[in-house]
Amino acid sequence: MSQPFTTLSGHGVPMPEENIDTDIIFPARFLLITAKAGLGKYAFHDRRYDSAGAEIGDYVLNRAPFNAAPFIVAGANFGSGSSREQAVWAIAGLGVRCIIATGFGEIFHSNCQRNGILPITLPAETVAELMAAAETEQLFSVDLESQSLTVGNRAFAFDIAPERKLALMNGWDETSVLLHQYAGAIADFETSQKASSPWLYAEDQAQ
Amino acid sequence: MTAYTLYEKLWNAHAVAEMPGGETLLYIDRQILHEVSSPQAFVAMREAGRQLRRPETHIAVADHAVPTRSPRADGIRHGTIEDAQAASQIAELETNVRDFSVPYADLDGAEQGIVHVIGPESGFTLPGTTIVCGDSHTTTHGAFGALAFGIGASEQGTVMAAQCLRQKRAKTMRIDLVGQRHPLVFAKDIALSIIARIGADGAAGHAVEFTGEAVRAMSMAERMTLCNMIIEAGSRVGLVAPDDVTFAFLKGRRLAPKGALWDQAVAAWRNLASDADAAYDRVIEVDVAALVPQVSWGTTPDQTLPIDAAMPDPALLPEGPERRQAEKALAYMGLAPGQSLTSVPITHAFIGSCTNGRIEDIRAAAAIAQGRKVAPGIKAIVVPGSAATRAAAEAEGLDRILIEAGFEWRLAGCSMCVAMNDDRLKPGERCASTSNRNFEGRQGPGGRTHLMSPAMAAAAAIAGHIADVRDYDAREYVA
Repeated sequence: MSQPFTTLSGHGVPMPEENIDTDIIFPARFLLITAKAGLGKYAFHDRRYDSAGAEIGDYVLNRAPFNAAPFIVAGANFGSGSSREQAVWAIAGLGVRCIIATGFGEIFHSNCQRNGILPITLPAETVAELMAAAETEQLFSVDLESQSLTVGNRAFAFDIAPERKLALMNGWDETSVLLHQYAGAIADFETSQKASSPWLYAEDQAQ
Repeated sequence: MTAYTLYEKLWNAHAVAEMPGGETLLYIDRQILHEVSSPQAFVAMREAGRQLRRPETHIAVADHAVPTRSPRADGIRHGTIEDAQAASQIAELETNVRDFSVPYADLDGAEQGIVHVIGPESGFTLPGTTIVCGDSHTTTHGAFGALAFGIGASEQGTVMAAQCLRQKRAKTMRIDLVGQRHPLVFAKDIALSIIARIGADGAAGHAVEFTGEAVRAMSMAERMTLCNMIIEAGSRVGLVAPDDVTFAFLKGRRLAPKGALWDQAVAAWRNLASDADAAYDRVIEVDVAALVPQVSWGTTPDQTLPIDAAMPDPALLPEGPERRQAEKALAYMGLAPGQSLTSVPITHAFIGSCTNGRIEDIRAAAAIAQGRKVAPGIKAIVVPGSAATRAAAEAEGLDRILIEAGFEWRLAGCSMCVAMNDDRLKPGERCASTSNRNFEGRQGPGGRTHLMSPAMAAAAAIAGHIADVRDYDAREYVA
């Protein structure tokens, strides 16, 4: 179960940059930590802190109201690179629950949806408008059910796959869903594959 | 009759059910686990009281955070790891594989190595299969005609318990490699040039199949390099149709089918190639005869140039993202607009990783290093991709050639590609690297990375600056 997502409102963190990769979001050396909780302090670590560990005051995440903002607005290919789910857990640890960008790294996008974070893809012109709104500290609000993002007096529709929307709204755990609804189909597949590709079931060989 | 691409054949053969909303429940034949991305998946299994549905379809290994040196003469690493967090992460993996009966390639065993090197070496990676791993470079295994992609920790738990994942079918893209390349232009150069051409997200949403005479002429190692790097163009899936080169590589490997099952499997694998009239959503052609060695200059892999080029001048670029990115990258990299690539001094050279840590890569580096010396003050390390690769290189005498030239010869692991162990750059240090990512801080906070082929990295180590390997005669070394 992740936290169900229905509506959300607050400020947006402007990140007017392309290719913000998961090494920037969560530097690899912190991957030695095996916990999922408490990773917010490592999010964007090398941009938030200098090499002596002091806060870099003018970095956006170190300034109010962005240090408590639940939205991020970014350019193309956000979350590209490494598959590390810690990038998503760290962003969640900051209190962010919705990321708006012109595009996402695919694994990151998928990881978001499994952790109660809503990724929204919008065209570059729209994101430019939202970036300006975030920079001028306008309030963002999103309603997942109606697939609507509102900023000031402007409303923007966004796409999301129907099943992903349901899963986010209900905080469903995908593993449970699959085990409950598809157990028979999975077993049938295995029976048929074992007949057609028996070398994949030569289990004594795999030991 | 409908014509299918290799990707579509793999997809259709693993579709368990069509799901509402246009997604497919895809059966996963194989999963590879490593110490860094799997702990949370095992925690989820324990919390839910679940067992692995088919533990024998998994293999686990420690690679990302392991040290590549041992204080012991015999190279044993167990019990010698100074970083307490890394030691504890490896211990946690070992507890998990014991508790859940997962086959494990022991840290000090003959099969240890980088996930994407040992999968193929052990015959765990097979054509026609679906393979996942909590690592974005899982694209590597596509070189065998397997549908292989990187996933997050939550998805790993789903595969452990259900042997399936909900997936959306990708669009298809074919990259035709035509022509004959210069002998010192490698798969790495071809991959970097493609990424520079189409951009760091240029293949997003697409499954990419590499075709053409230049692919057919490649070894499995080079095909793996190509598929490995396609994630750097935003694609989760790279593919090469299996052929006799593939089958010759796999035959006799420990986990490859044997006897009659082998013959039956090869017959099935021969049908995987894309049908002649199959349609792709996008096709591009690359003339490899026109390519020279490639080097990345910036902080994304698409910021790559031919070795004879100079740094871009942001002032000459149109106002917009490309200009902004060039300015940011030049500043981070400490480079000047218009500066030539070959004038850039290095402090480090790294030869290894899942991209270029195979025996062919070590041979290419040794061919340049033989009879030459690493420039004074340069730290140059060679980290074989696996214990088996290391042993094979030693049997050929490559370790001696490299050590005599001044390279350090290390134990297998991810090392300076991900910089989770003590192999990392300090701020401002600069590395000629055969790895896959030149991201900010990737090789250590403030470190600067230039991606290139193993031969190019060896040439840079010897010159002390980025160099054109075509100026160096490759030696016919005698083992």
